[in-house]
Amino acid sequence: MQVFLTPLYLAQMEVLRNKVRFFLISLLIALITLLVLFIAALAEGLGGGNREYISKLDADLLVYKADSDLLIAASRLPRSVMNQVRRVTGVRAVGPIAVSNGAIDNPLETPDADPLRVALLGVEAGLPGAPPIISGSPFSTNRAPEAVVERRVIQRLGIKVGDRISIRTNQGSGDETFELLVVGLSDGEQYGLQPVVFLPVLTWDRVRSKTGPNSPLNLNLIAVQLENPKDLAAMKALIPTQVKDVEMAGIREAYEALPGYKEQQSTLDTQRFFTLIIGVLVIGGFFQIQALQKVPQVGMLKAIGAANWMVAVAAIAQIILVTVIGVLLGGGATLLLATTLPPGIPIVFTGQAAVAAIVSLLFIGPIGGAISIRYAARIEPLKALGMSS
Amino acid sequence: MNEGIALSTESLVKSYELDGQKFNAVNGISLAVTAGEFVGLVGPSGSGKTTLLAMLSALLTPTTGKVIIDGSNLSDMSDKQRVEFRRKRVGFTFQANNLIPYLTALENVELMLRLNGELNAAGRARSRDLLARLGLSDRLHNLPSQMSGGQQQRVAIARALIHNPAVVLADEPTASLDTERAHQVVETFAQLIHEHKRAGVIVTHDLRMITYTDRVIQMRDGDVARIYTSREEIKELAASGPG
Ligand SMILES: Nc1ncnc2c1ncn2[C@@H]1O[C@H](COP(=O)(O)OP(=O)(O)O)[C@@H](O)[C@H]1O
Ligand SMILES: [Mg+2]
Repeated sequence: MQVFLTPLYLAQMEVLRNKVRFFLISLLIALITLLVLFIAALAEGLGGGNREYISKLDADLLVYKADSDLLIAASRLPRSVMNQVRRVTGVRAVGPIAVSNGAIDNPLETPDADPLRVALLGVEAGLPGAPPIISGSPFSTNRAPEAVVERRVIQRLGIKVGDRISIRTNQGSGDETFELLVVGLSDGEQYGLQPVVFLPVLTWDRVRSKTGPNSPLNLNLIAVQLENPKDLAAMKALIPTQVKDVEMAGIREAYEALPGYKEQQSTLDTQRFFTLIIGVLVIGGFFQIQALQKVPQVGMLKAIGAANWMVAVAAIAQIILVTVIGVLLGGGATLLLATTLPPGIPIVFTGQAAVAAIVSLLFIGPIGGAISIRYAARIEPLKALGMSS
Repeated sequence: MNEGIALSTESLVKSYELDGQKFNAVNGISLAVTAGEFVGLVGPSGSGKTTLLAMLSALLTPTTGKVIIDGSNLSDMSDKQRVEFRRKRVGFTFQANNLIPYLTALENVELMLRLNGELNAAGRARSRDLLARLGLSDRLHNLPSQMSGGQQQRVAIARALIHNPAVVLADEPTASLDTERAHQVVETFAQLIHEHKRAGVIVTHDLRMITYTDRVIQMRDGDVARIYTSREEIKELAASGPG
């Protein structure tokens, strides 16, 4: 037993008697951890801000206008298409989605209370596309002057269900304000990095920004629920054969086609990857330099009878210790910093993303140190006599 | 095999290739060291002393010939067995880098017992006693960097003896010491070899140090040039100077 603990003893004593040196390398790992966790949170925050509404949709497929390249802004569908899609066998329900944006006048009377920029989504209560209501009620009719807002709107404006909000949109000649009653609250729903205000689709048509001459109501998307979600691929192919001038996308395909979404996510993934690589190189460099400095000492240790595995285990134990301490410090610092972030910053810590980041961080130590471990394990005991074979 | 012989070699050869020329760094050496005997290995630089020592300690495989320690032939052992053999049956001191820099004097000595899984209360007490015997009772908790070269060598001697090895091998232990310290170190070393009944071999180029040995093997070009056995011969050789 003592024999097996000897490498751990050596690793521990070396760290204890060189606290500053090992603490500094842990600190570096802590900084890398902080960076990786923030990049992951930023990817989650930005991605979520773009994707949230689409990814939470209670629908299996989205209908776009043909040749819109899955660009929601470029997709314009007359309301009549909804009926055509609904009649396709295998479709259970359809719902309209119309997209625009505006601002809500801030009722808070502080000088920095700017209007809140929001996405205005026209939907129909009870149909796919409408959000689940977590308090209050859905719209009473399709043209009622009502709104359902997501929780961020409530938080930022300090309003509640039952209050009135003033929505300001551009009407060509200038901004116009529309008074709406907040009837319901939805869970987090963002679109285009903006919090969402849901309007009944005909109210939406009245409120939406209009730059040109008054055009008839066009939807951007139609949300489709299938009788059997397993038929997704078949239905995706079938609908355009029965409804003219449309193209289809699944949910994931739809949000990945959001402008800049993929580019943004891959940029952040690349940053995270390179930060991890830097971590690997930093740890690798540190332990390799240390291994080089320790050649005479390790040679001596092996000459007096320490087995190669002992030297390797001692090296691995140190690397794991230093990495775990670094990741704990970095994780703690991230938690502290996260609580001080002002609202509205697109940084979102999710358990899943953080766990994935931490697991990858725990690997950078052993990966970075692998060369030095191998190097130390191969040092010849003959070195103790100043010889080599 | 003779009663009391702890270490012996038979026609030990180590060949190296140099510029396509084969030459023997150690050229067929046979010797025997009994338990409690302290043997000096001297000779000019390049005469094969360290090479011989490396073979005696199972660090280097002979080209031909045998090393027998405690009745075991080192050539019959696997690599793993040789590591274990060094850990259990050999005590070492080296010219430099003898100690683990982040362990104290006491911890360095105890490490030898730890490696063998034998560190217990009695072992700790023996380690302290041995260090005290070497004049280091007030240095037990000093790191090597806080000790002089002579003190470090004495810690290494304690480590070389603490686990009751069959043979104790010392490679130039006085190389970095001044004369007075060198004498102190080798004298104590000799006393302990005799007391603990170990077979001791000390490699030195400083002929004055061999006054403390029982027999001197003088090497030249891989061969035994001469063996000094009587006290008079050894004294005379030692008086011939620092070497
Ligand atoms: N690995 C090696 N390869 C080639 N020649 C070696 C090697 N090791 C030692 N030698 C040679 O063997 C001879 C004896 O060396 P060594 O045992 O170190 O002598 P000493 O310790 O007496 O100074 C020297 O000529 C040395 O150059
Ligand atoms: Mg030598």
